[in-house]
Amino acid sequence: MDFTEHDSLAEFRKAAHEWADEHVRPEWVELEHATGTHHNPQLHALLGQQGLLGAGWPAEYGGSDVDPGYALAVFQEIGARGLRMDGWVTTEMVARTILHVATEEAKQEIIPPALRGEVVIVLGYTEPSAGSDVAAARMRAVRDGDEWVVNGSKMFTSTAHMATHVFLLTRTNTEVAKHKGLTLLLARLDAPGVEVQPVHTLGGQRTNATFYSDVRVPDRMRIGDVDGGWGVMRVALVHERGTATAPGGPTLVEQVAAWARDAPGPDGAPLLEDPTVAERLARLAIDDEVSRLLGLKVRWIASTGGMPGIEGSMQKLWSSEAEQRRVAVLTDLLGEQAVLAGDAGPLHGAVEWALRKAPVSTIYGGTSEVQREIVAERRLGLPRSRPIG
Amino acid sequence: MDLSLTEDQRSLKEVFAELFAKEATPERVRAAEAGGHDEALWRVLVGSGAPTMGVPEELGGGGASTADLVVVVTEAGRRVAPVPLVEVLAAADALSRTDAGGELLAGVGEGRVLPVLALRPLRSGSAGPVPGAAVADVVVALDGEELVALSRPAGQAAPLLPNLGSAALAEVTTAGWSGRRVLATGAEARRVYEDALSLWRVLTAAALDGVRQEALRLGVEYVKERHAFGVPIAWFQTVQHRLADEATAGDGVELLVHEAAWARDSGSPRAAALARMALLFAGETAFSTSAASLHFHGGYGYTLEYDVQLYFRRAKAWQLALGAPRHELRALAADLFPPAGPPVLEEAVV
Ligand SMILES: Cc1cc2nc3c(=O)[nH]c(=O)nc-3n(C[C@H](O)[C@H](O)[C@H](O)COP(=O)(O)OP(=O)(O)OC[C@H]3O[C@@H](n4cnc5c(N)ncnc54)[C@H](O)[C@@H]3O)c2cc1C
Repeated sequence: MDFTEHDSLAEFRKAAHEWADEHVRPEWVELEHATGTHHNPQLHALLGQQGLLGAGWPAEYGGSDVDPGYALAVFQEIGARGLRMDGWVTTEMVARTILHVATEEAKQEIIPPALRGEVVIVLGYTEPSAGSDVAAARMRAVRDGDEWVVNGSKMFTSTAHMATHVFLLTRTNTEVAKHKGLTLLLARLDAPGVEVQPVHTLGGQRTNATFYSDVRVPDRMRIGDVDGGWGVMRVALVHERGTATAPGGPTLVEQVAAWARDAPGPDGAPLLEDPTVAERLARLAIDDEVSRLLGLKVRWIASTGGMPGIEGSMQKLWSSEAEQRRVAVLTDLLGEQAVLAGDAGPLHGAVEWALRKAPVSTIYGGTSEVQREIVAERRLGLPRSRPIG
Repeated sequence: MDLSLTEDQRSLKEVFAELFAKEATPERVRAAEAGGHDEALWRVLVGSGAPTMGVPEELGGGGASTADLVVVVTEAGRRVAPVPLVEVLAAADALSRTDAGGELLAGVGEGRVLPVLALRPLRSGSAGPVPGAAVADVVVALDGEELVALSRPAGQAAPLLPNLGSAALAEVTTAGWSGRRVLATGAEARRVYEDALSLWRVLTAAALDGVRQEALRLGVEYVKERHAFGVPIAWFQTVQHRLADEATAGDGVELLVHEAAWARDSGSPRAAALARMALLFAGETAFSTSAASLHFHGGYGYTLEYDVQLYFRRAKAWQLALGAPRHELRALAADLFPPAGPPVLEEAVV
């Protein structure tokens, strides 16, 4: 085996760094923390205008001639500066799904403006009463001539307050098994009858509850076949799995170790000289290495043309559970320092913030239980434990 | 990046999987428990060239890489083969790096000498319990500034210490091991010793990977067969999820062991730290996997008749031969967080 990781984006890193120096404004990071919105409309518009969003897309749908490697390097550099691009992440997922399954008319209407940064699409799968069991969605869509009339509500519609469209999982047939009566519709968020209400979270992120009463969606904005929504979801969920390498930089454990080298413990000696502290940090570093290796395996399988489905679940399961072990250990090691937030705390409150953010990692993107089901059934060949229906 | 075995390694795996399946059956493993050693199996391994596989070809060995040795040792672990293969491979590595070790090395290849490695330096004349020492002719040990090959008076084996893993464990003392040949001195002695010990860590981790793979397989097979409340117990989610967690950590063990071998073979500065990580994580996972597997066997798992107990005991015992994990963790911390470490990021977070 060869564990050498070549930085495939190395040639673009310098240019990406310069791009970010020129365009990324430091106050955007503060804004993101203040609002909890993981999307910056100015940045998004700029990326669209410069063809960075359209890199690698077919020209007939508005793709640009920007090198996709350069675009990815720019996105990673933006991430390294503390900004997230959730609006683009979900828009791209849906645009890819549209490219695969929608009518030519829908492709032409949505993809080019999405690549220009004018259309932002968010995901409307989860409902107040259906999350893990997403196929149990109850939102009703009823046909009326050339239109669908939509009624119901969605929960955790992140970024909806900044977006133009929502990709809705709706029920179009109540007479058949739950997987067989679903249809996906792309609704405008400025359509009459749509209401967006903020939902604030423990880690600071703002998400939304969205409500739909007699919202009209033209049939040409139906993505995939009527009642064929489960097949579309399978395509869409594959696009949810990113395989990009995150940019390097010290891990939280390494940052805490560096801090603990000088920070005095209760007896006045540096914390890192306390054997318990050193031992527990070393153990956390093993978890980090395992997370990295499981991610490497996902990327390796993808690079050889395989589908890293089980391995993706393993990586997600391991790294999210490891994140929760990590924050529990780090907060205990830091004691009274760990509860200090923002600039009052060590490392600008990184540990306090990490504790608040950690719970979501095992919930969204498929909970740990959902991932364990996948590993148990597909890797170990154990029977399905969920009721069928 | 390439996370697959080479074609040669795949055939190596096949050959040794077959060898151990035939020569280290559960019956043979049980028969060897009292003495900690299966001499007939050892003879077969000598015949296959396994003990000197890692020694350079110009010294009469097989010239195998650490990664190749990992493949072989994982198969030994899978069958909990009752021979001190890892200890011999590590001792042969030390002998091959010293001029004075050449003669002993020739004896290893011919099956006349069985050397093992003392896993801690001699202190007040003792290196404590050493795996394989009860059947060894020679123990390679660090004695102060000297790397030495210790031997016992002819025909007097060291007394076996009864132990959890049914290994050929014996205490190594300078009084009992009165024959003493100096192999290297000073910095060279320490370097050769540390290197051999690091190889022992990687290979023990590989053996533990074999242990946890088989323990998981035994558990998965059992829960598919056994019924309770009218369904296979595999149907219960708590059973599924715990096994899924073990399988996930298991993929991590396999990757970490192979990464540690690759780091050693490619001379990476991270090699020593990765060897410690691999042993710590493989030991922890092998034990949790075999404990879960035993638990899901219910009462039968607690009986001596079922094989899972063979795995459960060795999963813990093989790692602890080196000492308490916390000392390894502390040494790992010193490797990972040296005084001039990575700078603290001045990144604003709220
Ligand atoms: C910050 C945030 C942002 C999000 N953004 C979006 C978004 O943009 N769009 C969107 O559509 N959704 C979004 N989600 C929703 C997310 O995908 C769901 O929260 C997640 O899928 C879990 O669904 P749920 O919350 O309904 O929990 P439930 O499904 O009710 O689960 C509750 C608990 O039961 C367990 N459970 C469920 N099924 C099983 C089973 N078969 N076996 C064992 N245990 C089980 C779960 O693991 C969990 O612990 C977001 C969520 C959060 C918190």
